[in-house]
Amino acid sequence: MNDFTRRTALKGAGATLGAAAFAHAMAPLTEWTKDLSLDEFLQRHYKELTPEEMKVILRRLEEETKQEYGRDVTIQDLPPQEGVSFGYALNLSVCIGCRKCAEACHQENNHDRRTGNSYIRVLEMEQGSLDLERGNADYDHAVPAPGKYYLPVQCQQCDNAPCVKVCPVQATWKEQDGVVVVDYNWCIGCRYCEAACPYHARRFNWSKPEVPAEEINPDQGYLSNRIRPQGVVEKCTFCLHRTRAGRLPACLEACPTGARVFGNLLDPKSPIRWVLENKRVFVLKEELGTRPRFFYFFDK
Amino acid sequence: MDTALEDGVAATSSIPLLSVLVALTLCGCDRDVPRRLQPAPGASTGVETVLVPEKLTSIESGEVDARGQPLRVPCVSCHSLKEPARMPDGPEALQEFHRGLQFRHGELACTSCHQADAPQSLHLATGEPLPMTDVMTLCSQCHGPQARDFRAGAHGGMTGHWDLSRGDRTRNNCVSCHDPHTPKYAGALPVMPPRPKHPSPTPEDRSHE
Repeated sequence: MNDFTRRTALKGAGATLGAAAFAHAMAPLTEWTKDLSLDEFLQRHYKELTPEEMKVILRRLEEETKQEYGRDVTIQDLPPQEGVSFGYALNLSVCIGCRKCAEACHQENNHDRRTGNSYIRVLEMEQGSLDLERGNADYDHAVPAPGKYYLPVQCQQCDNAPCVKVCPVQATWKEQDGVVVVDYNWCIGCRYCEAACPYHARRFNWSKPEVPAEEINPDQGYLSNRIRPQGVVEKCTFCLHRTRAGRLPACLEACPTGARVFGNLLDPKSPIRWVLENKRVFVLKEELGTRPRFFYFFDK
Repeated sequence: MDTALEDGVAATSSIPLLSVLVALTLCGCDRDVPRRLQPAPGASTGVETVLVPEKLTSIESGEVDARGQPLRVPCVSCHSLKEPARMPDGPEALQEFHRGLQFRHGELACTSCHQADAPQSLHLATGEPLPMTDVMTLCSQCHGPQARDFRAGAHGGMTGHWDLSRGDRTRNNCVSCHDPHTPKYAGALPVMPPRPKHPSPTPEDRSHE
């Protein structure tokens, strides 16, 4: 009896408390199994996957989409194109702020229907001001309103991207054609990139995206518009599942005023090059040295 | 002597470390080189088509057909049969046909663009006749900068392929977006109305609390 000292009792109590705390801390892991398969958990970084492994993953993702969302989809992993470097320009003189681009993005990229997410935020700006922080994205009246102009902002695909630098796990990087992408299966959801982006261009999946089966866009890309898992960051990819197949981005096609110009910066005959050479283009927050690939211009 | 020995040991142990570092650096560089690339864009085989809107060859009758589609009447239905009336000075003079036509397009008169004796056709500033479907040539006479931007692909919008070696592209016509009689682009109500910043939580969200 004398062996049971105060020290032993405290040790026992401490160990029990410790074990309980550990179990509580690890509890979320057990919940993961609900929507995280072992294959997915053990999957390696995008850049380390062999083409064979990628093929298996794409088929698995297609199957999971079928099971969870009830829709047959095709998920591709289109690589960048040789001799292609993407650029985008937007004519602020003709943009009327109708948000058709944001809507097209919402549909094309299989965004969560409940939150009405989109990679494009159209800011209503005072004429004469370029202060992004004073732009209003929540306007809800007939456009264009007098004294205002409209500034759609999406990922600027910076060549010196702060979001890429801050990622602690290299889950986001710049591809050879200039598009900054995210490996949704490698992202740990720390949101450092979201905080680092001076253009507020990144979005976080707070909940599992809800998209009705009939509204799902079945033409999907591994690095772009496949339905993202909960808890990861996502962003505009210049619709790379479309643009790497030679097509125009969805937001450009949706623009009713033709404000958007897209193309290959390495092709001297492309419309984007013509704009850069003939219009007075500018980039947002140039002083930060992010070197965007998204340009803005006014007609006059 | 002791220091020399220590230096020697340090030197030998740093060789494998160095090679590991070099190997790691090489691997690191390798990871940023894409595994494979798609071939570069080839020769342009795709076609760029400019839309020819229906309104250039027909007019809405205000009636709908059996399927509920708006019924359109070709311009020639009337203009080939009917002896053309004298071209009015302005739209308010239109009493029988084309009533209610709005006109806000500078100081132009009907005959600035329409042929006086064949209103279903146009004429250039030189007087040279121009079919209605070539309306873009007519617009370009005054709107040079827009025509220049359009030719460069920087005005008017498009759908299809940016890469013409992989597919076609469709361009809008001037009159796809601008009503030639009231050309200022009309405003609209924005889509995707703003949502509450914090949507009410679903039962699933509450389970985490």
